[in-house]
Amino acid sequence: MPGADKETDLGERIEAFLAELKRGGRGSGETARSTAALLRRITAQARWSSAGDLMEIIRKEGRRMTAAQPSETTVGNMVRRVLKIIREEYARSRGSSEEADQQESLHKLLTSGGSSEENFRQHFAPLKANVIEAINELLTELEGTTDNIAMQALEHIHSNEVIMTIGRSRTVEAFLKDAARKRKFHVIVAECAPFCQGHEMATSLSEDGIETTVIPDAAIFAVMSRVNKVIIGTQTVLANGGLRAVNGTHTLALAAKHHSTPLIVCAPMFKLSPQVPGQNSLTCVNAHCPVFDYVPPELITLFISNIGGNAPSYIYRLMSELYHPEDHEL
Amino acid sequence: SKTLFFISFEPFRGGLDCATVEPLFYCSVSSDLEEKRIPLPSNSQSLQSCTVTVFILFLQIPLRSDYGYKVSLFSHLHQYSRKAPLTQQISIPATVIHPSIVRLGLQYSQGIVAGSNARSVALLHAFKQVIQDYSTPPNEELPRDLVNKLKPYISFLNQCRPLSASMGNAIKYIKKEISNIPSQCKEEEAKKKLLLCIDNYVNEKITLAAKAISKCAIDKISDGDVILVYGCSSLVNHILCEAFEKQRKFRVIVVDSRPRLEGREALRRLVKRGIRCTYVLISAVSYILPEVSKVFLGAHALLANGYVMSRVGTSQIALVAKAYNVPVLVCCETYKFCERVQTDSFVSNELDDPDDLIVTREGKTQLADWQSVKSLGLLNLVYDVTPPDFVDLVITELGMIPCTSVPVVLRVKNVDQ
Repeated sequence: MPGADKETDLGERIEAFLAELKRGGRGSGETARSTAALLRRITAQARWSSAGDLMEIIRKEGRRMTAAQPSETTVGNMVRRVLKIIREEYARSRGSSEEADQQESLHKLLTSGGSSEENFRQHFAPLKANVIEAINELLTELEGTTDNIAMQALEHIHSNEVIMTIGRSRTVEAFLKDAARKRKFHVIVAECAPFCQGHEMATSLSEDGIETTVIPDAAIFAVMSRVNKVIIGTQTVLANGGLRAVNGTHTLALAAKHHSTPLIVCAPMFKLSPQVPGQNSLTCVNAHCPVFDYVPPELITLFISNIGGNAPSYIYRLMSELYHPEDHEL
Repeated sequence: SKTLFFISFEPFRGGLDCATVEPLFYCSVSSDLEEKRIPLPSNSQSLQSCTVTVFILFLQIPLRSDYGYKVSLFSHLHQYSRKAPLTQQISIPATVIHPSIVRLGLQYSQGIVAGSNARSVALLHAFKQVIQDYSTPPNEELPRDLVNKLKPYISFLNQCRPLSASMGNAIKYIKKEISNIPSQCKEEEAKKKLLLCIDNYVNEKITLAAKAISKCAIDKISDGDVILVYGCSSLVNHILCEAFEKQRKFRVIVVDSRPRLEGREALRRLVKRGIRCTYVLISAVSYILPEVSKVFLGAHALLANGYVMSRVGTSQIALVAKAYNVPVLVCCETYKFCERVQTDSFVSNELDDPDDLIVTREGKTQLADWQSVKSLGLLNLVYDVTPPDFVDLVITELGMIPCTSVPVVLRVKNVDQ
């Protein structure tokens, strides 16, 4: 039966995706895109009749995916984005206007529990097509994030600056290379032992003609007094505006604070996660070699994302625009 | 073959602005030697009636050449490669540089003798050899001649590896002792006296000082402490071993950093004694600091404005410890106190071999041909300075003092001498 074939085919694809997640090694941008593509496939091929069913299926698969690789938070973020898309499309099909929803959001925050009566059981024929189209828009947005961030580079880097960064971030690499087309500046890369991803970053930047210097992690504070800006990427942006970033970032942030050097984080919106520090922070750590650091929001000056620049105190608002509060726990 | 190159000149009457140097005699001139033009002060009234003889010892040791691209902020410092030691470039006859000094210079430049105390002790032992083998040439006085003999040795050692503050102080002490020898003293007696002085110096300033500092520091270690140490400081290791002998219950976290990875040596020494240790890299220090109760750091030198000059990374550890409100204690003997002042790690530092940063991970060596990329530089700093507000206490053999009391100790030491 064609239905059963589609289901087994879908099941296989999900298994393949989980296996690849467990293996790791992919960048977070790629993971986000493949997660969104897989969710689109689930929407298209799985059997569901109402929005509630679809949300249940996606939540279930989402829980399996986040369990496969807890440190890769973009998977959970994409699941939450899709759930929000489904809610919005359902609400639009039902006829309630979106604008009213947004205006009431502050009101909603105060009168919580208002949406619990909604059970998403009504069947709407065009819902599937609408959801798939919205997921396509999401995929387009994901594809353009790095370019959108890199476009803002010239607003933040002046000539003859000394910029410090740590480890390897594809976003920061694109950001700096874009600025280097019109401005001349120096970059100092902290190598980020033990994996030394900083070496790769330095070779890549210097091949584009940017003056680069590689320093060992121990020299971060020693050279910080001559640095004008610190620009870093991150693995996750947490709900309170803090970061979960590669280890050594907290030291870098403290050194920047001590010298009153601005710390700028380049992070696309799909890295924004409703987690707060303390959750899951120990799952990615082995006894002597922690993989990630927590950086509190008071050490961060600016977030540059694909929708523009924001202060850490505004992250909570961006979160509410991306995810529905009921989806914070999958 | 080359010999010493003596230059002397006579100013002619009437004063002069500058005199060109005329060689009186020389053997073969190496292309490495430079001609020097020495301008005399224009007011040369005092020179009119005398012959000024200037001995400029052009050492056959050519200046060691820098290696690799230097980061522009540090272009005033030297950067040598370990693969090209000074002694490979030239042959040094034993009449000019004593062989034990040559050996010492090689040991310095290859990193075989490393660490502030080890280098000073090795230097003093080599000087003892020199003094034993020394014999006063005729028509010369021992004090002046011996001091002059030591000058080329010191500049040779400086070329092999820049002198440390402790070595500088030791050299100053020796020179003072040599100059204080009364001229009627016989050579044998003078040499015996000097050897005894050196032994006393090592004993007092290094060995006994370490004992006194241990006693003070052990009072600061309580049972159940978690102590964080960085790199390999002979003094801090000594303190921890002594505390363990005295049955204090504590465990140690050893923080290490690339490219030197000196923490592994400290780890070996502590584990051999049976102390419980954990080992992390410096990027994990903010993860591990919440468990730590005290931080013990060694110092390379204490500067007169209260800054602590130590291995690169020390200031970072002090910074993060301050952020977590963990007390930072620096252990330092007074012979490392230095009259220099420094506020940053740029003006006066040491650049190590940049090739040390190259590493192979996952089968790929990213920086293998960094020299071919014009805009890529590798920076391998050796020292950094920690501001005094990060340090809570300095433990010396004179007692426990705050960082800001360093100039007081220097003044008292000068008055004593």
